[in-house]
Amino acid sequence: MTLSKIWVFAESTESGITSTSLELISAASKFADHVEVFVASPEPGYSEIVGAYGATKLIQVTDVNDRLIGTVVASAMAQLLSGNTVDAIFFAMTPEGRDCAARLSVKLDVPVLTNVVNLSVDGTRLVSEHAIFGGSEIVQAGFTGSSPAIFAIRAKSFTAESRGGMPAEVVQVGVGDLGSAGKARIVEQHLEERSGPKLDEAPVVVSGGRGLGQAENYKLVEELAKLLGGAPGASRAIVDAGWVPYSYQVGQTGKTVKPNVYIACGISGATQHMVGMKGAKNIIAINKDEDAPIFSIADLGIVGDVHKIVPKLIEALQSRT
Amino acid sequence: MNITVCVKQIPDQSSPGKLDPGSHNLVRDGKLILDDSDSYGVEMALQLAAEAGGGEVTLVSMAPNGEVSGIRTALAMGADKAVLVSDAKLAGADALTTAKVLAAAIKRNPFDLVIAATESTDGYTGTVPVQIAEILDIPSVSFAKKVELSGGILKVQRQTELGYDQVECPLPALISVTAGVVEPRYPSFKGIMSAKSKPVEVLEASTLGIEPGRNQEIITVRSAEERSSGVIITDEGDAHQQIIEFLEQLKVI
Ligand SMILES: Cc1cc2nc3c(=O)[nH]c(=O)nc-3n(C[C@H](O)[C@H](O)[C@H](O)COP(=O)(O)OP(=O)(O)OC[C@H]3O[C@@H](n4cnc5c(N)ncnc54)[C@H](O)[C@@H]3O)c2cc1C
Ligand SMILES: Cc1cc2nc3c(=O)[nH]c(=O)nc-3n(C[C@H](O)[C@H](O)[C@H](O)COP(=O)(O)OP(=O)(O)OC[C@H]3O[C@@H](n4cnc5c(N)ncnc54)[C@H](O)[C@@H]3O)c2cc1C
Repeated sequence: MTLSKIWVFAESTESGITSTSLELISAASKFADHVEVFVASPEPGYSEIVGAYGATKLIQVTDVNDRLIGTVVASAMAQLLSGNTVDAIFFAMTPEGRDCAARLSVKLDVPVLTNVVNLSVDGTRLVSEHAIFGGSEIVQAGFTGSSPAIFAIRAKSFTAESRGGMPAEVVQVGVGDLGSAGKARIVEQHLEERSGPKLDEAPVVVSGGRGLGQAENYKLVEELAKLLGGAPGASRAIVDAGWVPYSYQVGQTGKTVKPNVYIACGISGATQHMVGMKGAKNIIAINKDEDAPIFSIADLGIVGDVHKIVPKLIEALQSRT
Repeated sequence: MNITVCVKQIPDQSSPGKLDPGSHNLVRDGKLILDDSDSYGVEMALQLAAEAGGGEVTLVSMAPNGEVSGIRTALAMGADKAVLVSDAKLAGADALTTAKVLAAAIKRNPFDLVIAATESTDGYTGTVPVQIAEILDIPSVSFAKKVELSGGILKVQRQTELGYDQVECPLPALISVTAGVVEPRYPSFKGIMSAKSKPVEVLEASTLGIEPGRNQEIITVRSAEERSSGVIITDEGDAHQQIIEFLEQLKVI
């Protein structure tokens, strides 16, 4: 293989290693013989799952406690790097991934290539692709300096594929005191409850934007999503307005979704929204402005009023069941 | 309480971005404006300073050609003074170099808190703020969606993938704020007038002891595959039927 060793920062929730982290492990195992995964959790079961997706080693950072994960893992990585040759380190473009990549980049004096949507091998180095200007152009970039190369990768850029690998060897590390940088403490965690399929895994996503007019009307989006076995999503405009929580946001700073069908209701199609949903197989857009940018990528575009069309659509679907 | 706010000055986003075909750097000619994302940080700083009973709000910015238009907007909102680093050598700087420059600029004035936006509108690496914190060796709370200060301790709701974490952090510290964290004020006429005489210190990279290096390169730029648009129809009262037919074709229903 071209590269010898890649590190991956894997994130976990109550339901296990995140799907985005598994995508990164899968990608890393295509490029390197040794894939070593950092996780800020003592959960022993993870060695099986990360191993299945291609990891050879699981490095558990054991003393996170109430500190911010990114800061702690960055220190663990910096400590282990001395005396270790690592070709590249993969992070997800999540809050924790960005924190960790940013702290590590200063410790190593290596920049981070961010918003990566694809990677390929060029000779002995990895070359990254970045979608810019809302995805209309693709930039290819690479590192010229010494390793490791640090990449922060967007969700859904790679497919997570189990290769049936053996459980990864487990090692544990602690980082101890982090000085001033470690002084931020988590005193409470709030999980937002959601029912139905997960936004970034649902086969159908119905998203609402400012064109819904008021928070009240978001229930149309939820109802439609439910009838289609999908998940409701949102533009940033209505997240900022407080109509729905951030976990609903699709786009540059929110979730990347690639459903079979994406239905945009009253969303203009700002570049930052489109980078999060352009990968959908089929796009339906409802907007009263025929010049709305969203129509440029819609397979079925309806110029019309969401308040008229969506209720009729809901009624028609209800009468079918 | 002294607060330093990072404010990026960027090309007007209503016109589409362009890369220079030779250098692959973003074309930054013409007037630059205050990045909308940073107006939240400026507002937050003004509110926190007022609540703390005073102190200075200082802006730091790195921008080409001695550009101050965006800085003036933030001064007009109420910030007291600014440090601008402008140097042809910094053209095409990566985020880490930018963070080194801004950290050095921040250190020129005493600060208790540094505020930045979670990510800029034009480069959106979202790494500069936490890189600054690491360079300054202070704690950072990124993705802050609600911020309070009591007894010298920051109490921040930090957005996570699944909800939010309530985080507490002593000063000095850095926070990066999300859009919507506060409602930015519009500069008043009086603010605009007084902004013209507020001090802006303009520096070169070498004054800060920074020699920009390069260890990432852009290899190629190409157009992405266009996603072609399909059928666009105007609703005549039966558009929902067309959607149903489309969903049936796709076997979704
Ligand atoms: C750094 C940065 C990151 C960002 N990240 C994201 C992100 O992750 N996700 C995201 O979505 N945005 C993001 N944005 C914001 C983005 O630029 C847009 O502001 C946002 O997507 C607009 O949301 P919208 O389409 O709901 O609202 P608008 O742009 O206001 O569009 C509303 C649309 O509704 C239509 N409409 C109005 N009434 C009706 C009606 N009755 N029936 C039908 N249509 C109607 C209008 O014609 C209009 O097209 C980001 C911006 C920045 C600067
Ligand atoms: C399309 C595109 C892609 C890029 N990709 C990369 C990449 O992958 N890796 C990389 O290292 N560089 C990249 N760059 C370069 C990077 O954008 C610049 O280095 C920029 O100076 C700082 O990064 P940012 O705007 O992404 O900062 P972000 O981290 O997104 O900015 C967050 C906040 O930091 C503060 N801030 C950032 N820059 C300044 C400034 N100049 N003055 C004052 N405050 C500031 C602001 O508060 C800002 O809102 C890219 C640039 C472009 C145009």
